Amino acid sequence: MAFDKMELRETEVWDGNFAAAQALRQAQVDVVAAYPITPSTPIVEGYAKFLADGYVEGEFVMVESEHAAMSGCIGAAAAGGRVATATSSQGFALMVETLYQASGMRLPIVLNVVNRALAAPLNVNGDHSDMYLGRDSGWIQLDSYSPQEAYDLNFIAFKVSEDHDVRLPCMVHQDGFMTSHTAQGVKTMDDDTAYGFIGDYKPMNDMLDFDHPVTHGVQTEEDWHFEHKSRQHNDLMTKVMPKVQAAFDDFEKLTGRKYNIVESYDMDDADVTVLCMGTSVETAREVAKEMRAKGIKAGVVGIRVFRPFPFEQIKEALKGVKAIATLDRSAPGGTVGALFNEIAGALYNTDDRALLSGYIYGLGGRDLTKAHLVDLYTELQANVDAGKVTTPLQQFIGVRGPKLSFL
Amino acid sequence: MQNNGWNEFEIGAMLRSFDGEVKDIATTVQEDRNYSNSNSFTASVADWRIEKPIFHKDYCIDCQFCWIFCPDISIISRDKKMIGIDMDHCKGCGICVEVCPTNPKSLLMFPEQADEETELAGWPEKDKEEK
Repeated sequence: MAFDKMELRETEVWDGNFAAAQALRQAQVDVVAAYPITPSTPIVEGYAKFLADGYVEGEFVMVESEHAAMSGCIGAAAAGGRVATATSSQGFALMVETLYQASGMRLPIVLNVVNRALAAPLNVNGDHSDMYLGRDSGWIQLDSYSPQEAYDLNFIAFKVSEDHDVRLPCMVHQDGFMTSHTAQGVKTMDDDTAYGFIGDYKPMNDMLDFDHPVTHGVQTEEDWHFEHKSRQHNDLMTKVMPKVQAAFDDFEKLTGRKYNIVESYDMDDADVTVLCMGTSVETAREVAKEMRAKGIKAGVVGIRVFRPFPFEQIKEALKGVKAIATLDRSAPGGTVGALFNEIAGALYNTDDRALLSGYIYGLGGRDLTKAHLVDLYTELQANVDAGKVTTPLQQFIGVRGPKLSFL
Repeated sequence: MQNNGWNEFEIGAMLRSFDGEVKDIATTVQEDRNYSNSNSFTASVADWRIEKPIFHKDYCIDCQFCWIFCPDISIISRDKKMIGIDMDHCKGCGICVEVCPTNPKSLLMFPEQADEETELAGWPEKDKEEK
């Protein structure tokens, strides 16, 4: 079956969903098993249209739920195909059981997660609840802050995930609506360049290799389970980051667009820094520049690779910083935010333990405004001046009612 | 295999059915297959059984019904001749006995501890239909 190539302009105006759909087309994904959910639907819908129009050689499998969608992806990946899908929020939650299967079976599936709040109350807008729900699932998690990055990181995801030294599934996150439905200029690769970057799919232990029959999805009890999980964790901790870095390096050579495991902005001499993910990184960068004009040495650190968590790169990025605010866009459910936890864990045993405070913001798509961030940087500077954290360790930003803070 | 460490096996909770490459496995009989240690064929499930089938070859017409219906591929048939039962994998479900069309049946269920010689010697007579 032949397929047509698509002529793209050097810069296209795409939203994050369409950018991801185009990436799936250019990757020539063999199987997409998908179930629609706002705001991720246009990704798989886009792939289906490209397929129907003869721009992809593959299969689109319509299923009855997200659990079945990921199950279909697992079967197709075990059979030996390049596989991807997309989901959000409740759909992601329903997928969770199979996410652990995919990573434990070491199947390279790319899952585009368009981040959205988790019910109740039901909400279709963007926060990071679903991304956080996946953080112990053994997947690689890449985070994009814009449609351009959603496009680019899909190629990084295929390249790293399918590497035979890695063989772990990979999520590409983008913020619901803020990225997924906001059209921006996206610099494209032509079809051959894009496909060439990831190359042909190289099967490993595939079920369609009839000369080497395999059983996938076996049961192990107390005699084997621990060894399998340990192996998986070892590979997440030691093998993924070098491959991600190599993929970022190759990608920069190819396109000129540079990605880092931890993105640092104005961090060379920063006293105060905001650490966050998603579209908020871009807002924080703008505010940091304005704070510098006011004489506050402000910086921003964005997490590009959320899992495996970049402990070493974070330590390096935060060296010499005096006060750090972690911004978590997910209801922490009775503890500190995930980023607060991770950063505390990363920095506790370092010599220059910075003043650390955590902020919860933007739940259910509530805006994080520049004014919020100006206040936040001002608080951080006050912490630096006082030599201690002057506020509670956990504060809520942008919620109505009396000031909400804990710890 | 039981004592392998976390770094000493193939990734992905994946098990190989055979050691090395196989060709034409469908036309290779079980005793000639290079089953791997992780293949369930190398494991005995005989102790799951409470009752066992005993095969009386004098009455068998080699219809192959038992071979077709056995859910555990435990009827051993070669060149369309029933030659016995794989007692390592038979779980004693009794389906082979149920589908056996001969009179008397060439397969009957007995308690696991029953002696095969004794039971064969005392095999039931042909069932005569009363008119």
